[in-house]
Amino acid sequence: MIKIVHYINQFYAGVGGEDKADVGPEKMATIPPISNALKAQFKGEADVVATVYCGDSYFAENTEAALESILAYIEEEKPDLVVTGPAFNAGRYGVAAGNIAAAVTEKLGIKSISGMYIENPGADMFKGKTYIVSTRNSAVGMKDALPLMAKLALKLVKGEEIGSAEEEGYISRGVRVPVWEKERGARRAVNMLLNKLNGEEYITEFPMPMFDKVDPNAAIKDITKAKVALVTSGGIVPKGNPDHIESSSASHYGKYDIDGVSDLTAETFQTAHGGYDPVYANDDADRVLPVDIMRDLEKEGKIGKLHRYYYSTVGNGTSVANSKKYAEEIAKELVADGVDAVILTST
Amino acid sequence: MVKEMERAGLPTVHMCTVVPISLTVGANRIVPAIAIPHPLGNPVLDHEEEKKLRRGLVEKALKSLETEVDGQTVFED
Amino acid sequence: MKLELGLIKIEDIQFASESKIDGTTLFVDKETVKKIVLEDEVLVSCDVDIAKPGESVRITPVKDVIEPRVKVEGTGGVFPGWMHKVDTVGSGRTNVLKGCAVVTAGKVVGFQEGIIDMSGEGAKYTPFSKLNNLVLIIEPDESKDQHTYEKALRLAGLRVATYLGELARELSAKEVKTFESCTIPEGIEKYPGLPRVAYVLMLQSQGLLHDTYVYGVDIKQSLTTMLMPTEIFDGAIISGNCVSACDKNTTFHHQNNPVVEELFAEHGKTINFVGVIITNENVYLADKERSSNWSAKMCKFLGVDGVIISQEGFGNPDTDLIMNCKKIEAEGIKTVIITDEYAGRDGASQSLADADKAADAVVTGGNANVVIKLPKMDKIIGHIEAVDIIAGGWDGSLQEDGSIEAELQVITGATNEMGFNCYSAR
Repeated sequence: MIKIVHYINQFYAGVGGEDKADVGPEKMATIPPISNALKAQFKGEADVVATVYCGDSYFAENTEAALESILAYIEEEKPDLVVTGPAFNAGRYGVAAGNIAAAVTEKLGIKSISGMYIENPGADMFKGKTYIVSTRNSAVGMKDALPLMAKLALKLVKGEEIGSAEEEGYISRGVRVPVWEKERGARRAVNMLLNKLNGEEYITEFPMPMFDKVDPNAAIKDITKAKVALVTSGGIVPKGNPDHIESSSASHYGKYDIDGVSDLTAETFQTAHGGYDPVYANDDADRVLPVDIMRDLEKEGKIGKLHRYYYSTVGNGTSVANSKKYAEEIAKELVADGVDAVILTST
Repeated sequence: MVKEMERAGLPTVHMCTVVPISLTVGANRIVPAIAIPHPLGNPVLDHEEEKKLRRGLVEKALKSLETEVDGQTVFED
Repeated sequence: MKLELGLIKIEDIQFASESKIDGTTLFVDKETVKKIVLEDEVLVSCDVDIAKPGESVRITPVKDVIEPRVKVEGTGGVFPGWMHKVDTVGSGRTNVLKGCAVVTAGKVVGFQEGIIDMSGEGAKYTPFSKLNNLVLIIEPDESKDQHTYEKALRLAGLRVATYLGELARELSAKEVKTFESCTIPEGIEKYPGLPRVAYVLMLQSQGLLHDTYVYGVDIKQSLTTMLMPTEIFDGAIISGNCVSACDKNTTFHHQNNPVVEELFAEHGKTINFVGVIITNENVYLADKERSSNWSAKMCKFLGVDGVIISQEGFGNPDTDLIMNCKKIEAEGIKTVIITDEYAGRDGASQSLADADKAADAVVTGGNANVVIKLPKMDKIIGHIEAVDIIAGGWDGSLQEDGSIEAELQVITGATNEMGFNCYSAR
């Protein structure tokens, strides 16, 4: 029987949510429901012999140590393949799942697959080092994700030929795979042109590589004369979250006046972010958005001026396209207000 | 987000904990932060010490804004 | 301009004392063919062989593949500028020996030539494994320089193809394909509602074994210009190149240009096929800039809505491709480009040397770096020892047991960028 080890986070292990994100790696005595659901997809061809979990924050902050323990737990089981996730659009979980799958293959020589949403940062970071099945952006996609992951896992273990990303449902590894088309290239080119001319959808066979890096702007000559703005994706908002910024997949951003504010306190500010333990930020939001320090530096003449407004959004689960849109709008306002430089903090 | 700020002509420093993500999304000036729930603080320290820690990080961020960079640069120390 | 292609089906080639076409068999008088080749004093020896589909035969190093054709009605003759005067071709009727080809092989300037396998793994990738091939193995006078030899070999192939084509002069084809293009005012009047489409055909022009000729003119010495699409079917363009054989257009590819065929298939139905712009891929940056400027200018001048751009080769021509694409898109004209890839043996490297976001509609002929294993063949036509030094092969490619391990780029026409094949990559 093919042996599978499953890696999940503390939430799917049933340990707890964000309040438990700091728990260290553990191997479970009995496999949890999600691992059983995965096992069911193997239809008797493979068994999930063990499930290992770790808190998302713990993994992010203690990556090396966590990875070492997790790999040790996995190695004990001598599995044929390791499945991590699916992590959907949970950023820290996705990075952990990708990282572990990649390490299992690289360090232990054991095959691996993972699953997550294409915009999960873990996808871009690890898609070349493991197979990452493309899932929806939330657990709603679980019932579609598990069969795809199980199918690909069995193919890998059996050494069968893996088709293109499109055929198998994984996120393109940035690796070009040979395919035989039904129609010759010239016909495909004409079809593509007809679609393009008619404003219909067409899919390029070779997406141009992303060269979307922005050149750094020149340094600030004299920061003591500069007007500096604070922006955060950590969801810091005035107490009560007046704009109702969502805790995940934010549909808008907030702009808040901090004229006269020299310290963010538990009574005045909080976080709206749902992707990390909010206790520390709610207790003292300066830990995410350093208004207190910026005020001190402003008084001491170390910076020209702290911009009167700060901008806040929630990075968690927010699509890249949306983040980009918000950022464009924010940047436009900052430029119009004569801001010279930006400090952007993320959680 | 950082990229859009840069694109608009604003020199921007990204203060974050998970540096590899920052590199992937294309930040040019990166200052590593403490931890995900409290990037610019540490609750185990007392208030004054914590403020000192935060001030150090913010000063590093300001310093990075005064530093010419050629491409993606992580300001470690 | 209207051209009819009369298709004379050839299903077998046999040697005989007299050359003729009888039914679907092409009979070839070997001695006459040899004599035709050796008319050129640069060439000192010639052998003639036959390779049929499914046979355990490997041909290498392949220089060019040519389809025998003969002009039976209309002005001019096939391969204008070489075998006939430079009268404008592309109208009337041309008979085609469908199902066979002349393949030239030989030591050929020392290295970098292709392989055609008639069966096995390699046969899947080359369209020429499906043809009955008359193979000319031609050796030069060693004292002559490479340019002289290359030219002599190129022309010998054209002479033999023309000779075989003449055998079909009096035959009447059972199957006739008609292609008709119109002038600009005619097109506007006949197809007022259809998008206007041109084909930008990029031609290799980088020097010895990298050249292409149009009506006898070395295209690297020409500015970007135009052809009526049917001229191509009469051999207006001939190949002088074969280095990295997978993505070089043989003369056969030009004669059967699939983009021209597919655009004709849509002409008058979904598009108005306006014409073919031919442009070169020279080695100087100024040439690249100038030629692509002219491509874009001509597209604009013709008032087209869309173009298909096909590349030939790889590396620095990727820049020509991207320049053409970018500049034509900048005129508000929609483009689709056809290229192939050099993504490394594992497929993980950058596929093209250049890129631009304007190139958002790409058709690919596959990754030329993919490593393939070719089984031993019972018979070798040509020089098997060249396998270790052809582009895509490496020292040791030729295994002791006679099999070959090499990159796909060794196979003639495998990743053709006119979209000749179904092979691709994702």
